[in-house]
Amino acid sequence: MTERSDTGRDNAEPSRSGAGVNASQLEAWFVREILPLEAELMQFLHHNWRNKSDITDLRQDIYERVCEAALEKIPDQPKAFLFRTARNLLVDRVRREHVVPFEAVADLDALGLVIEAANPERTAIARDELRRLQAALDRLPPRSRQAIVLGRIEGLAGHEIARRMGISESTVSIHLANGIRALVDILYGDPADVRRKP
Amino acid sequence: MSEMHAPAAEKNRAAEIEAAAAEWLQRRSFWNWTAEDEAALEAWLAQSLAHRIAFWRLNAGFSRTDRLAALRPLQGTAEARRGSFSALAKFAAAFAMIAALGLGASLYVLQPRERTYTTGIGGHETIAFSDGTRIELNTDTVLSTRMTTRERMVWLKKGEAFFQVRHDPAHPFIVMAGNRRITDLGTKFSVHRDGARLEVAVVAGRVRFSPADGANDLQSALLTPGDVAVATPSSLMVTKKSTSDIANELGWRKGLLVFRHVALAAAIAEFNRYNTTKLVVADPAAAQMKIYGVFRADNVEDFTALAHMVLGLHVAHEGNTILLSR
Repeated sequence: MTERSDTGRDNAEPSRSGAGVNASQLEAWFVREILPLEAELMQFLHHNWRNKSDITDLRQDIYERVCEAALEKIPDQPKAFLFRTARNLLVDRVRREHVVPFEAVADLDALGLVIEAANPERTAIARDELRRLQAALDRLPPRSRQAIVLGRIEGLAGHEIARRMGISESTVSIHLANGIRALVDILYGDPADVRRKP
Repeated sequence: MSEMHAPAAEKNRAAEIEAAAAEWLQRRSFWNWTAEDEAALEAWLAQSLAHRIAFWRLNAGFSRTDRLAALRPLQGTAEARRGSFSALAKFAAAFAMIAALGLGASLYVLQPRERTYTTGIGGHETIAFSDGTRIELNTDTVLSTRMTTRERMVWLKKGEAFFQVRHDPAHPFIVMAGNRRITDLGTKFSVHRDGARLEVAVVAGRVRFSPADGANDLQSALLTPGDVAVATPSSLMVTKKSTSDIANELGWRKGLLVFRHVALAAAIAEFNRYNTTKLVVADPAAAQMKIYGVFRADNVEDFTALAHMVLGLHVAHEGNTILLSR
């Protein structure tokens, strides 16, 4: 959370030599280059994978593979690298498990098109940030939404939120944690899919 | 149709890790956070790359909601800034409570017959009158009132104010601004006086816009909701705006500046009304760049940070001015 705006943007690539990417460099790279692609990645996974309950696991596995590789060397083309990793992972899964219906991988060859698709203009996204945030908030489950609004907009601490909502502190924690997960899913992931249930 | 499943041991592993990361993050964000907690979080993060990625992702996404603080009601921050809960804020709270209880807003405030109200740069005050009329003063404003049993007169010397007038045909409510007279006919409207330029925007009801005594050669106009009248000492132009455009212009009532495709130069002029730190845009091309967003009027830092990130502008601090350039 310390380096969001500047690191790596004005400077040269963090790992010119190809070795020695530290944790905060990796985090900054991941947040800057990979997370903004999550909506596209989720779209790709939904499109190419039948069992929707696997998708969070797949996403996490893909991120892990990407980050492990980035620890060695930061990829020159993050987007192409991310989708190549995603494709390879799906293919591995398909090979490992014999029960997969054939259609599940039918679209994999269309992937080239996905990779070539124009980069969404980040400027436009940032401009609409506040509006997006409000829209995301509006889509949270009611109790999570209330807890997040009290915490984030009114600036209350956890125990104050509990008092205001008339519920226990441990329940507030659950609502806050669920709210954070759902918000981040909406902000990065598939904007039409709120799948988190408390 | 057969379906594909991940091995049982791996199933929902990501969801569990994410839940744990969310629990850490909410604890760190909203509860008492000690050095021991920090150490415990560090240890958890050190356990695996999977933990770190889940936490980075949630933390990065949730940090974006910092900007939601811009929606915070002004009252709370004004209180923090001034360090004391003003009688005005208490009054406003009481007013809101009574209004919410539906008891009617029959509050009585003792008003001297003539008074002058002043706000400094970045200031924002509300005056509530015994008849239910409310006047909100924006930044850098001087306004005098004379409320008697026969008449209700207001002089806007400079700046901007929003009027919510309890209409009473027997006691007309009149705003004087330079050589213009604005007569309420049951209304919510704003008046902004900037040098010789006068702007009146009507939100609800009707307003009569007429010359002051002795300036009878000037035009009059009857304004209805959505009408925006712009007058100089010798001219008057009335245009229609959408209610949302007018609502945006009145964002200052919530401490917000709302820009929808506004040129950077115009946005900066707005910010400079509210802040002693002045923004300057260096080159004409940058001045024409369009801004889209909602900002706290008193938060120049947020604005310049975004100008840097989104517009790619260079930000240089020089004493009390901030220079924006390409």
